[in-house]
Amino acid sequence: MTPGTSSFADFLSQSAPHLLPGAAGALPGPVAEVAHGTTIVAVTFPGGVIMAGDRRATQGHMIAQRDVEKVHHADDFSCVGYAGTAGVGAELIRLFQVELEHYEKIEGATLSLDAKANRLAAMVKGNLPMALQGLAVVPLFAGYDPDTETGRIFSYDIAAAKSEERAYESIGSGSVFAKGSLKKRFRTDLSQDDAARIAIESLYDAADDDTATGGPDPIRRLYPIVAAVTADGYRRYADDEVEPVVSALIADRTTSAGG
Amino acid sequence: MPFGYASPEQQVRDKSEYARKGIARGRSVVVITYADGILFVAENPSATLHKISEIYDRIAFAAVGKYNEFENLRTAGIRLMDSRGYMYDRRDVTSRALANAYAQTLGAIFTESVKPYEVEIVVAEVGRSSEDDQIYKLTFDGSIADERGFVAIGGASDQVTTSLKEHHRDGQSLADALRVAVRALTVSVPPGLPQNGERVLTAANLEVGMLDRTRARRQFKRIAGSTLADLLAQTSAS
Repeated sequence: MTPGTSSFADFLSQSAPHLLPGAAGALPGPVAEVAHGTTIVAVTFPGGVIMAGDRRATQGHMIAQRDVEKVHHADDFSCVGYAGTAGVGAELIRLFQVELEHYEKIEGATLSLDAKANRLAAMVKGNLPMALQGLAVVPLFAGYDPDTETGRIFSYDIAAAKSEERAYESIGSGSVFAKGSLKKRFRTDLSQDDAARIAIESLYDAADDDTATGGPDPIRRLYPIVAAVTADGYRRYADDEVEPVVSALIADRTTSAGG
Repeated sequence: MPFGYASPEQQVRDKSEYARKGIARGRSVVVITYADGILFVAENPSATLHKISEIYDRIAFAAVGKYNEFENLRTAGIRLMDSRGYMYDRRDVTSRALANAYAQTLGAIFTESVKPYEVEIVVAEVGRSSEDDQIYKLTFDGSIADERGFVAIGGASDQVTTSLKEHHRDGQSLADALRVAVRALTVSVPPGLPQNGERVLTAANLEVGMLDRTRARRQFKRIAGSTLADLLAQTSAS
Protein backbone atom coordinates (compact mmCIF):
# COMPACT_ATOMS: atom_id res chain seq x y z
CA MET A 1 0.00 0.00 0.00
CA THR A 2 1.37 3.43 -0.92
CA PRO A 3 0.67 6.56 1.11
CA GLY A 4 -1.80 7.59 -1.58
CA THR A 5 -3.58 10.82 -2.24
CA SER A 6 -5.83 13.04 -0.14
CA SER A 7 -7.92 13.84 -3.19
CA PHE A 8 -11.07 11.80 -3.66
CA ALA A 9 -11.24 12.59 -7.39
CA ASP A 10 -7.68 11.34 -7.89
CA PHE A 11 -8.41 8.23 -5.85
CA LEU A 12 -11.53 7.53 -7.89
CA SER A 13 -9.65 8.01 -11.17
CA GLN A 14 -7.39 5.13 -10.11
CA SER A 15 -9.83 2.82 -8.37
CA ALA A 16 -13.12 3.37 -10.20
CA PRO A 17 -12.71 5.75 -13.17
CA HIS A 18 -16.11 4.74 -14.54
CA LEU A 19 -17.72 6.64 -11.63
CA LEU A 20 -16.17 9.98 -12.58
CA PRO A 21 -18.19 12.59 -14.49
CA GLY A 22 -17.44 12.40 -18.20
CA ALA A 23 -16.37 8.76 -18.01
CA ALA A 24 -18.66 7.90 -20.92
CA GLY A 25 -16.03 9.40 -23.23
CA ALA A 26 -16.81 10.67 -26.71
CA LEU A 27 -20.48 10.59 -27.56
CA PRO A 28 -21.63 8.98 -30.82
CA GLY A 29 -23.50 12.01 -32.13
CA PRO A 30 -24.84 15.46 -31.31
CA VAL A 31 -26.41 15.68 -27.90
CA ALA A 32 -30.20 15.60 -27.71
CA GLU A 33 -31.85 18.42 -25.82
CA VAL A 34 -31.23 17.94 -22.11
CA ALA A 35 -32.14 19.97 -19.05
CA HIS A 36 -30.23 23.22 -18.46
CA GLY A 37 -29.90 25.16 -15.27
CA THR A 38 -29.84 28.90 -15.64
CA THR A 39 -28.94 31.92 -13.53
CA ILE A 40 -26.76 32.08 -10.39
CA VAL A 41 -25.56 35.27 -8.69
CA ALA A 42 -23.08 35.92 -5.91
CA VAL A 43 -22.60 39.16 -3.97
CA THR A 44 -19.94 39.97 -1.39
CA PHE A 45 -20.51 42.08 1.68
CA PRO A 46 -18.08 42.99 4.49
CA GLY A 47 -17.38 39.67 6.27
CA GLY A 48 -19.07 37.29 3.87
CA VAL A 49 -20.80 36.43 0.64
CA ILE A 50 -24.32 35.67 -0.57
CA MET A 51 -25.12 33.22 -3.36
CA ALA A 52 -28.56 32.92 -4.91
CA GLY A 53 -30.05 30.95 -7.77
CA ASP A 54 -33.38 30.80 -9.55
CA ARG A 55 -35.34 27.54 -9.58
CA ARG A 56 -35.86 26.90 -13.29
CA ALA A 57 -34.39 24.20 -15.54
CA THR A 58 -35.24 24.37 -19.24
CA GLN A 59 -35.17 21.84 -22.02
CA GLY A 60 -35.25 23.76 -25.28
CA HIS A 61 -38.40 25.87 -25.08
CA MET A 62 -39.92 23.74 -22.33
CA ILE A 63 -39.63 24.22 -18.59
CA ALA A 64 -38.02 20.98 -17.44
CA GLN A 65 -38.27 21.65 -13.70
CA ARG A 66 -39.68 24.48 -11.58
CA ASP A 67 -38.06 23.68 -8.25
CA VAL A 68 -34.49 22.72 -9.14
CA GLU A 69 -31.80 23.60 -6.61
CA LYS A 70 -28.63 24.95 -8.16
CA VAL A 71 -26.96 26.51 -5.11
CA HIS A 72 -25.34 23.97 -2.81
CA HIS A 73 -23.36 23.65 0.38
CA ALA A 74 -19.76 22.86 -0.63
CA ASP A 75 -18.37 22.65 2.88
CA ASP A 76 -18.85 24.61 6.12
CA PHE A 77 -17.22 27.75 4.67
CA SER A 78 -18.12 27.71 1.00
CA CYS A 79 -20.96 27.22 -1.44
CA VAL A 80 -21.18 26.36 -5.11
CA GLY A 81 -23.75 26.82 -7.87
CA TYR A 82 -23.83 25.85 -11.52
CA ALA A 83 -25.27 26.95 -14.85
CA GLY A 84 -25.50 24.72 -17.89
CA THR A 85 -26.29 21.04 -18.38
CA ALA A 86 -28.15 20.03 -15.23
CA GLY A 87 -27.07 16.38 -15.17
CA VAL A 88 -23.38 17.20 -15.50
CA GLY A 89 -23.61 20.14 -13.09
CA ALA A 90 -25.26 18.10 -10.35
CA GLU A 91 -22.63 15.37 -10.69
CA LEU A 92 -19.78 17.89 -10.68
CA ILE A 93 -21.05 19.43 -7.47
CA ARG A 94 -21.53 16.06 -5.79
CA LEU A 95 -17.95 15.11 -6.60
CA PHE A 96 -16.70 18.49 -5.39
CA GLN A 97 -18.54 18.12 -2.07
CA VAL A 98 -17.02 14.68 -1.45
CA GLU A 99 -13.60 16.00 -2.54
CA LEU A 100 -13.61 18.71 0.17
CA GLU A 101 -14.99 16.45 2.89
CA HIS A 102 -12.57 13.65 1.98
CA TYR A 103 -9.53 15.91 2.27
CA GLU A 104 -10.79 17.21 5.60
CA LYS A 105 -11.18 13.71 7.01
CA ILE A 106 -7.90 12.30 5.71
CA GLU A 107 -5.76 15.33 6.57
CA GLY A 108 -7.60 16.51 9.67
CA ALA A 109 -7.47 20.05 8.24
CA THR A 110 -9.49 22.06 5.74
CA LEU A 111 -8.14 23.26 2.40
CA SER A 112 -7.54 26.98 1.95
CA LEU A 113 -10.23 28.77 -0.08
CA ASP A 114 -7.83 29.14 -3.02
CA ALA A 115 -7.09 25.42 -2.97
CA LYS A 116 -10.81 24.62 -3.04
CA ALA A 117 -11.22 26.95 -6.02
CA ASN A 118 -8.29 25.22 -7.76
CA ARG A 119 -9.72 21.75 -7.17
CA LEU A 120 -12.99 22.90 -8.72
CA ALA A 121 -11.06 24.24 -11.73
CA ALA A 122 -9.48 20.82 -12.22
CA MET A 123 -12.92 19.21 -12.26
CA VAL A 124 -14.30 21.73 -14.76
CA LYS A 125 -11.29 21.02 -16.97
CA GLY A 126 -12.08 17.31 -16.83
CA ASN A 127 -15.45 18.11 -18.36
CA LEU A 128 -14.00 19.98 -21.36
CA PRO A 129 -14.48 17.14 -23.90
CA MET A 130 -18.15 16.88 -22.90
CA ALA A 131 -18.51 20.66 -23.03
CA LEU A 132 -17.26 20.68 -26.62
CA GLN A 133 -19.96 18.15 -27.48
CA GLY A 134 -22.65 20.38 -26.09
CA LEU A 135 -22.83 19.28 -22.46
CA ALA A 136 -21.26 22.42 -21.07
CA VAL A 137 -21.50 23.42 -17.43
CA VAL A 138 -19.77 26.16 -15.45
CA PRO A 139 -19.76 26.51 -11.67
CA LEU A 140 -19.72 29.61 -9.52
CA PHE A 141 -17.83 29.20 -6.27
CA ALA A 142 -17.97 31.49 -3.23
CA GLY A 143 -16.74 31.22 0.31
CA TYR A 144 -15.47 32.89 3.42
CA ASP A 145 -11.69 33.16 3.63
CA PRO A 146 -10.59 33.12 7.30
CA ASP A 147 -7.15 34.44 6.29
CA THR A 148 -8.51 37.68 4.85
CA GLU A 149 -11.81 37.63 6.80
CA THR A 150 -13.70 38.39 3.60
CA GLY A 151 -16.13 36.70 1.28
CA ARG A 152 -14.59 35.79 -2.09
CA ILE A 153 -16.10 34.72 -5.42
CA PHE A 154 -14.53 32.57 -8.16
CA SER A 155 -15.96 32.05 -11.62
CA TYR A 156 -14.87 29.71 -14.42
CA ASP A 157 -15.31 29.26 -18.15
CA ILE A 158 -15.70 25.83 -19.77
CA ALA A 159 -11.93 25.56 -20.24
CA ALA A 160 -11.56 26.11 -16.47
CA ALA A 161 -10.06 29.61 -16.66
CA LYS A 162 -10.55 30.67 -13.07
CA SER A 163 -11.05 34.33 -12.22
CA GLU A 164 -11.67 35.93 -8.89
CA GLU A 165 -14.42 38.53 -8.76
CA ARG A 166 -14.08 41.42 -6.31
CA ALA A 167 -17.67 42.48 -5.75
CA TYR A 168 -20.32 40.38 -7.47
CA GLU A 169 -20.68 37.88 -10.28
CA SER A 170 -23.37 36.05 -12.18
CA ILE A 171 -23.35 33.04 -14.52
CA GLY A 172 -25.94 31.48 -16.81
CA SER A 173 -28.37 32.67 -19.45
CA GLY A 174 -29.78 35.51 -17.35
CA SER A 175 -26.39 36.68 -16.13
CA VAL A 176 -26.20 39.70 -18.46
CA PHE A 177 -29.38 41.14 -16.94
CA ALA A 178 -28.48 40.10 -13.38
CA LYS A 179 -25.08 41.78 -13.66
CA GLY A 180 -26.68 44.95 -15.00
CA SER A 181 -28.97 44.99 -11.99
CA LEU A 182 -26.13 44.33 -9.55
CA LYS A 183 -23.96 47.00 -11.12
CA LYS A 184 -26.53 49.65 -10.18
CA ARG A 185 -27.35 48.28 -6.73
CA PHE A 186 -24.01 47.05 -5.38
CA ARG A 187 -22.30 49.00 -2.58
CA THR A 188 -19.14 48.04 -0.71
CA ASP A 189 -20.83 48.53 2.67
CA LEU A 190 -23.89 46.29 2.23
CA SER A 191 -25.26 44.42 5.22
CA GLN A 192 -25.86 40.68 4.82
CA ASP A 193 -29.60 41.19 4.45
CA ASP A 194 -29.12 44.00 1.92
CA ALA A 195 -26.77 41.79 -0.08
CA ALA A 196 -29.43 39.04 -0.06
CA ARG A 197 -32.04 41.55 -1.19
CA ILE A 198 -30.02 42.84 -4.17
CA ALA A 199 -29.11 39.26 -5.14
CA ILE A 200 -32.80 38.30 -5.21
CA GLU A 201 -33.59 41.53 -7.04
CA SER A 202 -30.98 40.77 -9.72
CA LEU A 203 -32.57 37.34 -10.28
CA TYR A 204 -35.93 39.08 -10.60
CA ASP A 205 -34.47 41.36 -13.26
CA ALA A 206 -32.91 38.38 -15.04
CA ALA A 207 -36.26 36.57 -15.07
CA ASP A 208 -37.87 39.74 -16.41
CA ASP A 209 -35.80 39.63 -19.60
CA ASP A 210 -34.56 36.04 -19.95
CA THR A 211 -37.09 33.26 -20.64
CA ALA A 212 -34.83 30.57 -19.20
CA THR A 213 -34.62 32.23 -15.77
CA GLY A 214 -37.53 31.57 -13.43
CA GLY A 215 -39.02 34.40 -11.40
CA PRO A 216 -40.44 33.93 -7.88
CA ASP A 217 -43.52 31.68 -7.91
CA PRO A 218 -45.74 32.73 -4.96
CA ILE A 219 -48.56 30.36 -6.02
CA ARG A 220 -46.38 27.28 -5.60
CA ARG A 221 -44.33 29.01 -2.92
CA LEU A 222 -41.13 28.56 -4.92
CA TYR A 223 -38.52 31.21 -4.19
CA PRO A 224 -34.86 31.59 -5.12
CA ILE A 225 -32.38 29.51 -3.13
CA VAL A 226 -30.31 31.92 -1.04
CA ALA A 227 -27.21 30.92 0.94
CA ALA A 228 -24.85 33.02 3.04
CA VAL A 229 -21.29 32.17 4.05
CA THR A 230 -19.69 34.16 6.88
CA ALA A 231 -17.26 33.55 9.73
CA ASP A 232 -20.12 31.60 11.36
CA GLY A 233 -20.18 29.19 8.43
CA TYR A 234 -22.61 28.26 5.68
CA ARG A 235 -26.28 29.04 6.18
CA ARG A 236 -29.11 28.52 3.76
CA TYR A 237 -32.03 30.91 4.10
CA ALA A 238 -35.33 29.21 4.87
CA ASP A 239 -38.22 29.82 2.45
CA ASP A 240 -39.95 31.71 5.26
CA GLU A 241 -37.05 34.17 5.28
CA VAL A 242 -36.91 34.61 1.50
CA GLU A 243 -40.67 35.03 1.08
CA PRO A 244 -40.99 38.44 2.84
CA VAL A 245 -37.98 39.77 0.87
CA VAL A 246 -39.64 38.72 -2.39
CA SER A 247 -42.99 40.19 -1.30
CA ALA A 248 -41.36 43.51 -0.40
CA LEU A 249 -39.54 43.52 -3.73
CA ILE A 250 -42.76 42.93 -5.68
CA ALA A 251 -44.53 45.64 -3.68
CA ASP A 252 -41.71 48.10 -4.41
CA ARG A 253 -41.80 47.27 -8.12
CA THR A 254 -45.55 47.76 -8.16
CA THR A 255 -45.28 51.31 -6.84
CA SER A 256 -42.13 52.21 -8.77
CA ALA A 257 -41.86 50.39 -12.08
CA GLY A 258 -38.25 51.38 -12.67
CA GLY A 259 -37.12 50.07 -9.24
CA MET B 1 10.25 -16.54 4.15
CA PRO B 2 11.96 -17.96 7.23
CA PHE B 3 14.04 -21.10 6.78
CA GLY B 4 13.02 -24.45 8.16
CA TYR B 5 9.63 -25.91 8.81
CA ALA B 6 7.16 -24.52 11.32
CA SER B 7 3.68 -26.00 11.62
CA PRO B 8 0.73 -23.70 10.89
CA GLU B 9 -0.22 -23.86 14.56
CA GLN B 10 3.25 -22.72 15.53
CA GLN B 11 3.20 -19.89 12.99
CA VAL B 12 -0.16 -18.60 14.17
CA ARG B 13 0.95 -18.79 17.79
CA ASP B 14 4.17 -16.93 17.04
CA LYS B 15 2.44 -14.22 15.06
CA SER B 16 -0.28 -13.76 17.70
CA GLU B 17 2.27 -13.48 20.45
CA TYR B 18 4.24 -10.96 18.43
CA ALA B 19 1.16 -8.83 17.72
CA ARG B 20 -0.07 -9.00 21.32
CA LYS B 21 3.30 -7.84 22.63
CA GLY B 22 3.27 -4.89 20.28
CA ILE B 23 -0.26 -3.86 21.27
CA ALA B 24 0.43 -4.32 25.00
CA ARG B 25 3.12 -1.62 24.83
CA GLY B 26 0.61 1.06 23.89
CA ARG B 27 -1.93 2.94 25.96
CA SER B 28 -5.64 2.20 25.92
CA VAL B 29 -8.65 3.67 24.18
CA VAL B 30 -12.20 3.52 25.51
CA VAL B 31 -15.35 3.66 23.39
CA ILE B 32 -18.50 4.08 25.46
CA THR B 33 -22.13 4.89 24.76
CA TYR B 34 -24.05 7.75 26.39
CA ALA B 35 -27.65 8.94 26.03
CA ASP B 36 -27.15 10.92 22.80
CA GLY B 37 -24.38 8.96 21.15
CA ILE B 38 -20.99 7.30 21.47
CA LEU B 39 -17.95 8.75 23.19
CA PHE B 40 -14.32 7.97 22.26
CA VAL B 41 -11.60 8.62 24.82
CA ALA B 42 -7.92 7.92 24.17
CA GLU B 43 -4.90 8.55 26.28
CA ASN B 44 -2.79 10.39 23.74
CA PRO B 45 -0.15 13.00 24.55
CA SER B 46 0.03 14.08 20.89
CA ALA B 47 -2.43 16.71 19.71
CA THR B 48 -1.87 15.94 16.04
CA LEU B 49 -1.20 12.21 15.68
CA HIS B 50 -4.73 11.04 16.27
CA LYS B 51 -6.02 7.68 17.45
CA ILE B 52 -9.64 8.68 16.90
CA SER B 53 -11.07 9.73 13.57
CA GLU B 54 -14.22 10.56 11.69
CA ILE B 55 -14.98 8.09 8.90
CA TYR B 56 -18.44 9.05 7.65
CA ASP B 57 -21.64 10.79 8.77
CA ARG B 58 -22.48 8.38 11.59
CA ILE B 59 -19.28 6.33 11.72
CA ALA B 60 -16.03 6.85 13.59
CA PHE B 61 -12.84 4.90 14.18
CA ALA B 62 -10.48 4.37 17.10
CA ALA B 63 -7.23 2.43 17.10
CA VAL B 64 -4.23 1.44 19.16
CA GLY B 65 -0.91 -0.08 18.17
CA LYS B 66 1.51 0.92 15.47
CA TYR B 67 0.62 4.35 14.12
CA ASN B 68 1.64 3.77 10.49
CA GLU B 69 -0.40 0.56 10.36
CA PHE B 70 -3.64 1.89 11.76
CA GLU B 71 -3.25 5.15 9.83
CA ASN B 72 -3.12 3.01 6.69
CA LEU B 73 -6.35 1.31 7.72
CA ARG B 74 -7.99 4.62 8.64
CA THR B 75 -7.35 6.24 5.26
CA ALA B 76 -8.37 3.06 3.43
CA GLY B 77 -11.61 3.09 5.46
CA ILE B 78 -12.37 6.73 4.59
CA ARG B 79 -11.70 6.03 0.91
CA LEU B 80 -13.93 2.97 0.93
CA MET B 81 -16.80 4.70 2.71
CA ASP B 82 -16.59 7.90 0.63
CA SER B 83 -16.61 5.75 -2.52
CA ARG B 84 -19.69 3.86 -1.35
CA GLY B 85 -21.48 7.07 -0.40
CA TYR B 86 -20.65 8.54 -3.80
CA MET B 87 -21.68 5.41 -5.68
CA TYR B 88 -24.92 4.72 -3.75
CA ASP B 89 -26.22 7.24 -1.23
CA ARG B 90 -25.03 8.66 2.07
CA ARG B 91 -27.61 6.53 3.92
CA ASP B 92 -26.17 3.34 2.45
CA VAL B 93 -22.82 3.71 4.17
CA THR B 94 -22.75 1.33 7.14
CA SER B 95 -20.26 0.45 9.84
CA ARG B 96 -20.94 -3.26 9.25
CA ALA B 97 -19.52 -2.99 5.72
CA LEU B 98 -16.47 -1.15 7.05
CA ALA B 99 -15.93 -3.64 9.89
CA ASN B 100 -16.16 -6.51 7.39
CA ALA B 101 -13.64 -4.87 5.09
CA TYR B 102 -11.24 -4.35 7.99
CA ALA B 103 -11.74 -7.94 9.17
CA GLN B 104 -10.89 -9.30 5.74
CA THR B 105 -7.86 -7.02 5.33
CA LEU B 106 -6.47 -7.80 8.76
CA GLY B 107 -7.18 -11.53 8.32
CA ALA B 108 -5.36 -11.61 4.99
CA ILE B 109 -2.36 -9.70 6.36
CA PHE B 110 -2.22 -12.01 9.37
CA THR B 111 -2.14 -15.20 7.29
CA GLU B 112 -0.08 -14.02 4.35
CA SER B 113 2.54 -11.68 5.81
CA VAL B 114 5.49 -12.65 7.90
CA LYS B 115 4.70 -9.79 10.25
CA PRO B 116 1.08 -9.26 11.31
CA TYR B 117 -0.31 -5.76 11.96
CA GLU B 118 0.11 -4.78 15.61
CA VAL B 119 -3.22 -3.02 15.92
CA GLU B 120 -6.62 -3.19 17.53
CA ILE B 121 -9.48 -1.21 16.05
CA VAL B 122 -12.96 -0.09 17.01
CA VAL B 123 -15.52 0.91 14.39
CA ALA B 124 -18.65 2.52 15.84
CA GLU B 125 -21.84 3.81 14.30
CA VAL B 126 -24.35 5.96 16.11
CA GLY B 127 -27.98 4.98 15.46
CA ARG B 128 -31.16 7.05 15.52
CA SER B 129 -31.75 5.72 19.03
CA SER B 130 -29.38 4.08 21.50
CA GLU B 131 -30.74 0.61 20.62
CA ASP B 132 -29.37 1.08 17.09
CA ASP B 133 -25.83 2.01 18.16
CA GLN B 134 -23.25 -0.42 16.80
CA ILE B 135 -19.74 -1.03 18.11
CA TYR B 136 -17.33 -3.49 16.49
CA LYS B 137 -13.97 -4.47 17.88
CA LEU B 138 -11.38 -5.87 15.48
CA THR B 139 -8.12 -7.50 16.42
CA PHE B 140 -4.84 -8.08 14.56
CA ASP B 141 -5.88 -11.48 13.13
CA GLY B 142 -9.14 -10.21 11.64
CA SER B 143 -11.37 -11.43 14.49
CA ILE B 144 -14.44 -9.28 14.86
CA ALA B 145 -16.70 -8.86 17.87
CA ASP B 146 -19.98 -6.97 18.20
CA GLU B 147 -19.87 -5.06 21.50
CA ARG B 148 -22.66 -3.44 23.51
CA GLY B 149 -22.33 -0.37 25.72
CA PHE B 150 -18.57 -0.06 25.89
CA VAL B 151 -15.29 -1.54 24.74
CA ALA B 152 -11.63 -1.01 25.57
CA ILE B 153 -8.63 -1.72 23.35
CA GLY B 154 -4.89 -1.44 23.87
CA GLY B 155 -2.27 -2.20 26.48
CA ALA B 156 -4.15 -2.75 29.70
CA SER B 157 -7.57 -3.38 28.14
CA ASP B 158 -8.48 -6.11 30.68
CA GLN B 159 -8.08 -3.74 33.65
CA VAL B 160 -9.89 -0.99 31.77
CA THR B 161 -12.77 -3.30 30.82
CA THR B 162 -13.19 -4.41 34.45
CA SER B 163 -13.57 -0.80 35.54
CA LEU B 164 -15.95 -0.01 32.66
CA LYS B 165 -18.12 -3.03 33.47
CA GLU B 166 -18.46 -1.84 37.02
CA HIS B 167 -19.33 1.80 36.33
CA HIS B 168 -21.02 1.95 32.92
CA ARG B 169 -24.77 2.69 32.95
CA ASP B 170 -27.03 2.62 29.91
CA GLY B 171 -28.40 6.04 29.06
CA GLN B 172 -25.81 7.91 31.15
CA SER B 173 -25.10 11.58 30.40
CA LEU B 174 -22.07 12.71 28.38
CA ALA B 175 -20.29 13.95 31.51
CA ASP B 176 -20.96 10.63 33.29
CA ALA B 177 -19.68 8.63 30.32
CA LEU B 178 -16.52 10.76 30.22
CA ARG B 179 -16.02 10.24 33.95
CA VAL B 180 -16.42 6.47 33.62
CA ALA B 181 -14.01 6.39 30.68
CA VAL B 182 -11.36 8.57 32.33
CA ARG B 183 -11.60 6.59 35.57
CA ALA B 184 -11.11 3.34 33.63
CA LEU B 185 -8.11 4.73 31.76
CA THR B 186 -6.59 5.99 35.02
CA VAL B 187 -6.86 2.50 36.52
CA SER B 188 -4.70 1.05 33.79
CA VAL B 189 -0.99 1.47 34.25
CA PRO B 190 0.95 1.66 31.02
CA PRO B 191 4.18 -0.31 31.00
CA GLY B 192 7.18 1.68 32.16
CA LEU B 193 5.26 3.76 34.70
CA PRO B 194 5.41 3.06 38.45
CA GLN B 195 2.58 0.79 39.61
CA ASN B 196 1.62 2.88 42.62
CA GLY B 197 1.77 6.40 41.15
CA GLU B 198 -1.66 8.00 40.80
CA ARG B 199 -1.87 9.32 37.27
CA VAL B 200 -3.90 12.37 36.39
CA LEU B 201 -5.44 12.53 32.93
CA THR B 202 -6.09 16.08 31.76
CA ALA B 203 -7.15 17.81 28.57
CA ALA B 204 -3.46 17.86 27.61
CA ASN B 205 -3.03 14.09 27.43
CA LEU B 206 -6.52 13.01 26.39
CA GLU B 207 -7.95 12.81 22.91
CA VAL B 208 -11.75 12.90 22.96
CA GLY B 209 -14.27 12.64 20.16
CA MET B 210 -17.92 11.81 19.94
CA LEU B 211 -20.66 10.74 17.59
CA ASP B 212 -23.63 12.86 18.57
CA ARG B 213 -26.95 11.68 17.12
CA THR B 214 -28.51 15.12 17.70
CA ARG B 215 -26.14 16.76 15.19
CA ALA B 216 -27.12 17.17 11.54
CA ARG B 217 -25.42 15.09 8.83
CA ARG B 218 -21.77 14.73 9.95
CA GLN B 219 -22.23 13.62 13.53
CA PHE B 220 -18.61 13.25 14.57
CA LYS B 221 -17.12 16.01 16.66
CA ARG B 222 -13.81 16.43 18.45
CA ILE B 223 -13.77 17.83 21.95
CA ALA B 224 -10.47 19.52 22.69
CA GLY B 225 -8.84 22.47 24.43
CA SER B 226 -10.96 24.57 26.75
CA THR B 227 -14.20 22.72 25.89
CA LEU B 228 -12.63 19.46 27.04
CA ALA B 229 -11.12 21.07 30.12
CA ASP B 230 -14.56 22.48 31.06
CA LEU B 231 -16.22 19.11 30.55
CA LEU B 232 -13.56 17.38 32.64
CA ALA B 233 -13.99 19.95 35.40
CA GLN B 234 -17.75 19.36 35.34
CA THR B 235 -17.04 15.64 35.50
CA SER B 236 -14.86 15.79 38.58
CA ALA B 237 -17.18 18.24 40.37
CA SER B 238 -20.28 16.05 40.08
